Amino acid sequence: MASPTPEAREITLNGLWNNNPALVQLLGLCPLLGVSNSVVNALGLGLATILVLAGSNLVVSLIRHQVNDAIRLPVFVMVIAALTTCVELLMQAFTYELYQILGIFIPLIVTNCSILGRADAFASKHPPGAAVLDGLMMGAGFALVLVVLGALRESIGQGTLFANMHLLFGPVAKSWSVVLVQDYKQFLFAILPPGAFFFMGLLIAVKNIVDNRISEAKKATQDKPSTGSKRVRVTGTVS
Amino acid sequence: MALIRQTSPHTRGAETTSRVMQLVMLAALPGLLVTTAMFGWGTFINLIWISLIAVGSEALVARLRKRPVAFYLRDYSALVTAVLLALALPPLAPWWLTLIGTAFAIIVAKHLYGGLGQNPFNPAMVGYVLLLISFPADMVNWLPAAGTPGYETLSFGQSLQAIFPFLGGNLDYDAITMATALDVVRENSSLTWSELQATNAALGGTFAGKGWEWVNIAYLAGGLFLLYRKVFTWHAPVGMLGALIVMSLVFKNGSGSDTHGTVLFHLLSGATMLGAFFIVTDPVSGATSNRGRLIFGAGVGILVYVIRAWGGYPDAVAFAVLLMNMAAPTIDYYTQPRTYGHKKPRKGLAKPEDR
Repeated sequence: MASPTPEAREITLNGLWNNNPALVQLLGLCPLLGVSNSVVNALGLGLATILVLAGSNLVVSLIRHQVNDAIRLPVFVMVIAALTTCVELLMQAFTYELYQILGIFIPLIVTNCSILGRADAFASKHPPGAAVLDGLMMGAGFALVLVVLGALRESIGQGTLFANMHLLFGPVAKSWSVVLVQDYKQFLFAILPPGAFFFMGLLIAVKNIVDNRISEAKKATQDKPSTGSKRVRVTGTVS
Repeated sequence: MALIRQTSPHTRGAETTSRVMQLVMLAALPGLLVTTAMFGWGTFINLIWISLIAVGSEALVARLRKRPVAFYLRDYSALVTAVLLALALPPLAPWWLTLIGTAFAIIVAKHLYGGLGQNPFNPAMVGYVLLLISFPADMVNWLPAAGTPGYETLSFGQSLQAIFPFLGGNLDYDAITMATALDVVRENSSLTWSELQATNAALGGTFAGKGWEWVNIAYLAGGLFLLYRKVFTWHAPVGMLGALIVMSLVFKNGSGSDTHGTVLFHLLSGATMLGAFFIVTDPVSGATSNRGRLIFGAGVGILVYVIRAWGGYPDAVAFAVLLMNMAAPTIDYYTQPRTYGHKKPRKGLAKPEDR
């Protein structure tokens, strides 16, 4: 409770980009690499993670004054496990086929380090409003990477995009499937686990490139000599 | 006079990298010729196509990394990778298959790790394994050796059309390809060794598999030439072949239907000799000390036999080499040679108590 609660803008930016759980903290890699072989799987797990993350952040933030520091981790895990069970039951009820495909990775949300990490590092120190926003944004950042990874692996591995979306959105989504290449020979490497590591590495590299560009651009604007100055420079060199 | 601060090693070999690479390519020539004679023009066409891709990828990455392109191309290491891949892949591998494998080998396996001298894995083998796990069906399209009854060797034009299907022609792969001797022995569960040799054309060679035996002997000859020119020491090849001999003696399992094949069969089948003299001798991704090389080679030999006898893949050299590449730093750590005038380093042991 020592640190001041950050502003909404900062929380959003942190979750989606600067402190992205998948690209920067590298937390929750097991489900990330395990189920990102198609967009529908990725989106399914991403939504489930957002729900659990936002819910657990809210509950943890609400009970943060009552929980003794010594036993906080078991309590947080119990909260997260309860919420995961809720999500699991919801998925069984509404998206049963997808639930079967994702299998063990749904209960495994409990062990996703980024959820416990956010509960301990943020929610237990900040008021409920900020905590929920943090949960949503961290979850969205995680889900975003998951979906991009899923899209990459599905398009390169199978030559399709958004296949089987009806598992998540009902019969309406049956026509969403896009076949990118007709008679595509499956590129199994992209679908198998090594491909997940490979494309994850590429995504992290792209993020670093973008970050470098941004910081270079910032530097350039800061170093630029101010044109409004009327003083004449008499020594040194103008760079 | 320029005083250059130098660190060890102060004595260097007389051969430059490009000279060594040229020698390796020269030594692979007999293997290439015999492969072409036995399995048709496919490997030859592939070699040219793969070399183009390899040089193109190397130049592209050198440009991206803002390095001198000509300098990178002149060490011929990309071409050696191309030669090894062309010799390892099936002769009729389609153009897109070799394109993916070669570009991945050069760009990802070699340059993402820092280029020549920095790659922990043998680039050619990484490219091969990528293709093997991604397109298993296209990687078993091996042709029967020349002289196999009922089969004809493909002409240059037919091979060209098989590799570049858009040039016309429609070959029926099932009619012209055949299981290799290694596949036949692994799949066999009913015939004894002598029955196999009598009935199966792939096993009808003088010493081992038909065609493959001569290809392997050609690689052996090329390897002995490299050994004579001191391009590498004897340790890694001897380690690998020795381990393979021991394994195939111990686990031969008789000559009945459960047999895993004779010693000579394993020595002269598949990529054994190519692996022993051209791949486990890679100075970058292998172990560095002589003792280390012996262990490295032996590890490859054991794994090759294990995967061939009890695994599910057509050949095992690529997987075995990659697995041992992973172990190479550890092997180096435990086999560090003694420095002259010093006691043996106590690496890997608990530090002695303070006196």
